[in-house]
Amino acid sequence: MSAITVRQLTHIYSPDTPFKQVALNEVSLDIQKGEFLGIIGYTGSGKSTLIQHFNGLLKPTSGTVLVDGEDIWKKGYDIRSVRFKVGLVFQYPEYQLFEETVYKDIAFGPKNMGLSTEEIDSRVREAAEFTGLAPELLQRSPFELSGGQKRRAAIAGVMAMRPQVLILDELAAGLDPKGRNKILNQIKEYHSKTGSTVLLVSHSMEDIARYSGRVLVMHRGSLLMLDEVSKVFARADELVKTGLDLPELTKVLLILQQRGFPVNTSAYTKEDVRAELLRLKGVTGC
Amino acid sequence: MLRDITLGQYIPGDSVVHRMDPRMKILLTLGFTVILFVANNISAVVAAGMFPLVAAVFSHISYNVIVRSFKPLLPFILFTVILNLFYVGGDPIVEFWVIKITWQGLHVSAIMSLRIIFMLIGGSLLTFTTSPILLTDAIERLMGPLKKIRVPVHEIAMMMTIALRFIPTLIEETNKIMNAQKARGADMEQGNLVQRIRALIPILIPLFVSAFKRADELALAMESRCYTGGEGRTRMKVMKMSARDGWASLCFLVSVGLVIACNIRFGSAFQY
Repeated sequence: MSAITVRQLTHIYSPDTPFKQVALNEVSLDIQKGEFLGIIGYTGSGKSTLIQHFNGLLKPTSGTVLVDGEDIWKKGYDIRSVRFKVGLVFQYPEYQLFEETVYKDIAFGPKNMGLSTEEIDSRVREAAEFTGLAPELLQRSPFELSGGQKRRAAIAGVMAMRPQVLILDELAAGLDPKGRNKILNQIKEYHSKTGSTVLLVSHSMEDIARYSGRVLVMHRGSLLMLDEVSKVFARADELVKTGLDLPELTKVLLILQQRGFPVNTSAYTKEDVRAELLRLKGVTGC
Repeated sequence: MLRDITLGQYIPGDSVVHRMDPRMKILLTLGFTVILFVANNISAVVAAGMFPLVAAVFSHISYNVIVRSFKPLLPFILFTVILNLFYVGGDPIVEFWVIKITWQGLHVSAIMSLRIIFMLIGGSLLTFTTSPILLTDAIERLMGPLKKIRVPVHEIAMMMTIALRFIPTLIEETNKIMNAQKARGADMEQGNLVQRIRALIPILIPLFVSAFKRADELALAMESRCYTGGEGRTRMKVMKMSARDGWASLCFLVSVGLVIACNIRFGSAFQY
């Protein structure tokens, strides 16, 4: 059963003007329930446009978007309910904070859902725990927090809606390596504990490789690949052609391949690459 | 929605009109507006209107874009027409109950609506063909003499430049914040007036916070590049009048002549 189904999705910005721009071109894909999907693509490849279709923020120029098997743009469908099913955390989400306290800000989403006060309270505390926000921070003003804490609060604001699908756009952008790993690990934990579908949009191949099961590669508004991580990295030369950066370790393997060594470039984790190099050592005897 | 605003939008190009001296463009636009109000009958108004229309042809800007510059104001134009149609006295064409439509009323409303349309075309043509930076630069140069009576011309122009520069940024920012709040289920399309105003709070607060932050950063960046105001500042590109500016002003003078001739020949429509 797929969480989100997209068929022949095309989106054109400012049609019929000199600024017309085809952002998505006939994209079709299925996102499985409970999977951790990485989305990569060069700037302007259509990633952001695509994810804004998943929760109905953008209306397709043509094509259909099905959430939970239902066409979200069919007549009589309440488009707001999609926003609660598919939670979208934008790039630099800390700029959306506005309430007097962190608690109230996280409660904004659940409150819009019309939940009871007790339900909201338990969701806010749960979301704060998932994102590692200390309980004493909840009564502070969001504008007093540090950059990393602000981002956690903003992510918690979307998590508190308990969406079936959680989309994170460039979640770790602008964080230091330590904060980056911490927040990504928390997302991974959220994924395994709640069993919800997680979509991670990122520029960083390392992050995608480490956390996702499948990878979606966008290129110039079209879907280039949608496959398991190892299969995508096996087509490394194609990725390089589209201007994407590879994980550093894969690059090493790719260079070895170019030098004529019989190496399998689909390895991407530290352990796999080590095993592959050792295997190579045995084969070539050098 | 917000991206559909055309007034004040620069459309890059390389036409004769684009390459004119921005100072001349501003002066001609002002002059044209004055002439439009000097023209007091329909033929004179049409004669005056020829000037921006010819310029529009030379600017290579598409017909649709020109039409869109006055389309949003059509209700306002219609209102003017109706007002003039019913309230100007004279020889009646139709008389029905309290409604009386006269030839003179028809004439005056035609003049009024054409004036508004031509003015909008002229004004948008200026902004379509001149980048905001050039425009404020030209305003600064034109207001130069005011420095003698201690008007802070450079500072005003700099403020205008910065304001113009940040309009697209703020629009983009507003869109982003709106989307982020909508993603959390914010409802901006429904409810009564109070609810709708309240729905703006989650957008306005983040917008103000980031605008202040941005202003702070900009001031810091300017200061660290030793900005101290207009005193002794020189320009990389100095504006120069050229032959095409001469031709443009000649065209304008011809249209002024035509308007005056029409005014004398046909007489004023505003006698009632």
